[in-house]
Amino acid sequence: MSDHGVIAVEGIHPSIPKRRAEAMPSAANSGVKLMNGFFEWFGSLGIFCWKVLRAAVTPPYEWRELIRQLDEVGSKSFPLIALAGAAIGVVISMEARYSLTRFGAKSMFPATLVYSVIQVMGPIMTGLIVSGRVGAGMGAELASMKVSEQIDAIEASAINPYRLLAATRILACILMLPLLTLAADATGLLTGWFAQTLVEPLSFHQFVENGFHGATFSAFLPQTFKTAVYGLIIGTIACFQGMRTRGGAEGVGRAVTNSVVIASLFVILADVVLVKFILVVFP
Amino acid sequence: MATTYDIAMKQTEPQQEGRAAVIVVENLRKTFGIHKVLDGINLSVDRGETLAVLGRSGTGKSVLLRLIIGLETPDSGSIYIRGQNIAGLALDRMGEIRKKMGFLFQHAALYDSLTVAGNVAFPLEHHRKDMSTSERGDLVRQLLVEVGMGGSMEKMPSDISGGMQKRVGLARALALEPEILLLDEPTAGLDPISSGEIDDLILKLQHERQMASIVVTHDLHSAKTIANRLALLDKGNVVIEGTFEDLQESDIEFVRQFLKQS
Repeated sequence: MSDHGVIAVEGIHPSIPKRRAEAMPSAANSGVKLMNGFFEWFGSLGIFCWKVLRAAVTPPYEWRELIRQLDEVGSKSFPLIALAGAAIGVVISMEARYSLTRFGAKSMFPATLVYSVIQVMGPIMTGLIVSGRVGAGMGAELASMKVSEQIDAIEASAINPYRLLAATRILACILMLPLLTLAADATGLLTGWFAQTLVEPLSFHQFVENGFHGATFSAFLPQTFKTAVYGLIIGTIACFQGMRTRGGAEGVGRAVTNSVVIASLFVILADVVLVKFILVVFP
Repeated sequence: MATTYDIAMKQTEPQQEGRAAVIVVENLRKTFGIHKVLDGINLSVDRGETLAVLGRSGTGKSVLLRLIIGLETPDSGSIYIRGQNIAGLALDRMGEIRKKMGFLFQHAALYDSLTVAGNVAFPLEHHRKDMSTSERGDLVRQLLVEVGMGGSMEKMPSDISGGMQKRVGLARALALEPEILLLDEPTAGLDPISSGEIDDLILKLQHERQMASIVVTHDLHSAKTIANRLALLDKGNVVIEGTFEDLQESDIEFVRQFLKQS
């Protein structure tokens, strides 16, 4: 480093205010701390995933807890997902009709609605809603169990908490996300069609025939089943954040916020990667 | 059928010939960050014996219990349970050892989504699959009656007092018929009458079940009542270990000060 740099840091150079010079090392420290925290988080996540994977593939299997979690993630999210799907269907229907009419492509309405809902909006909307509802719920439940030593009590009772609490929740998310996506798609298409018929009558048969004309399974199935990856992300992040919570009520609040924010962010990032992957593998 | 635990015990028995101690802690060290919590602790507890671990807050008493049951990993040193060193043992192997241990947490740590009976049944449902539902139910009822909670089986943990939660926690700790009982502040936060009741209950259980027990407590009166021996911790080390009379006769300044203030 040049002399100038050294002088500046020490706050001797007359052109650099003392307070600014003092702030420089602390800013560097903060940067180092941030980087350490970042790598520590990913390292801990890696160790957590390894422990969960090992626990998940070795008996005894926690079937009863898995069924309870399937109900918690699937059945209890269904009304919310169905409602959100229905709303999205109406919105896309109105927007698509307006745009297509302007460009003289009104006959493309059914296909536009079908492709928009099934390929784009259904999966990502389901992922984000589940990351909000289930991510917050799991994060809060596990975080409060952690701070009240209930997870330690499970471990002290010779029960593997990674198997009982984490593996079952993550698996439930993986299995339920594609089914919830199908529910969102179905309600979205139904309400989209219904909104259209209120303006311009269109039989359901005609809507389906035009919408799915020439469509193959590979156009829809990968888009639907990619949400299993969202489930993996949501379940893993929520369990990880919940089970590493420290510091009482404040810690629980932080764990819930982090679960939802990180899971939602990772779902969006995964969507970018998966869309490209699907376009390459299923052209 | 021999369990992994039994096999492990059998394999290590020759090395521990002549040693009656169920729990042996040797030169145990634990540090959190820059804070040295335990600095070479040595302890041993025999079958049917109760050791009370006393000391000021933050001297690592609870950490000692968490190390013994494997919820924390020691930096160095050994923890022998019936002759087998469990320090750093893998989670699955540790599980077999833990089945022989009962742990009462400081705040009971009851599962808040389960009823009182559900809490006691929880370890049985996972480890005693040979039992029928009715047999399990009978055992849960018997354990809860034993700790004086027979009338609160269907209550939720949030609906019962702190003392009652500790009783339920004790019943849960006893569910798998442990050889070792670890109690973390069993009377903390309780009124004198409830504390006395818990002490009596621990004494009764000790007399009936002959477990090797370690009780971590601040309560000198409680320690005197339930323990055969007492160990006083300070700055990560055992300052003195012996009977209550040994502590009373000690010339060590810290011991005298501790007894005076308690």
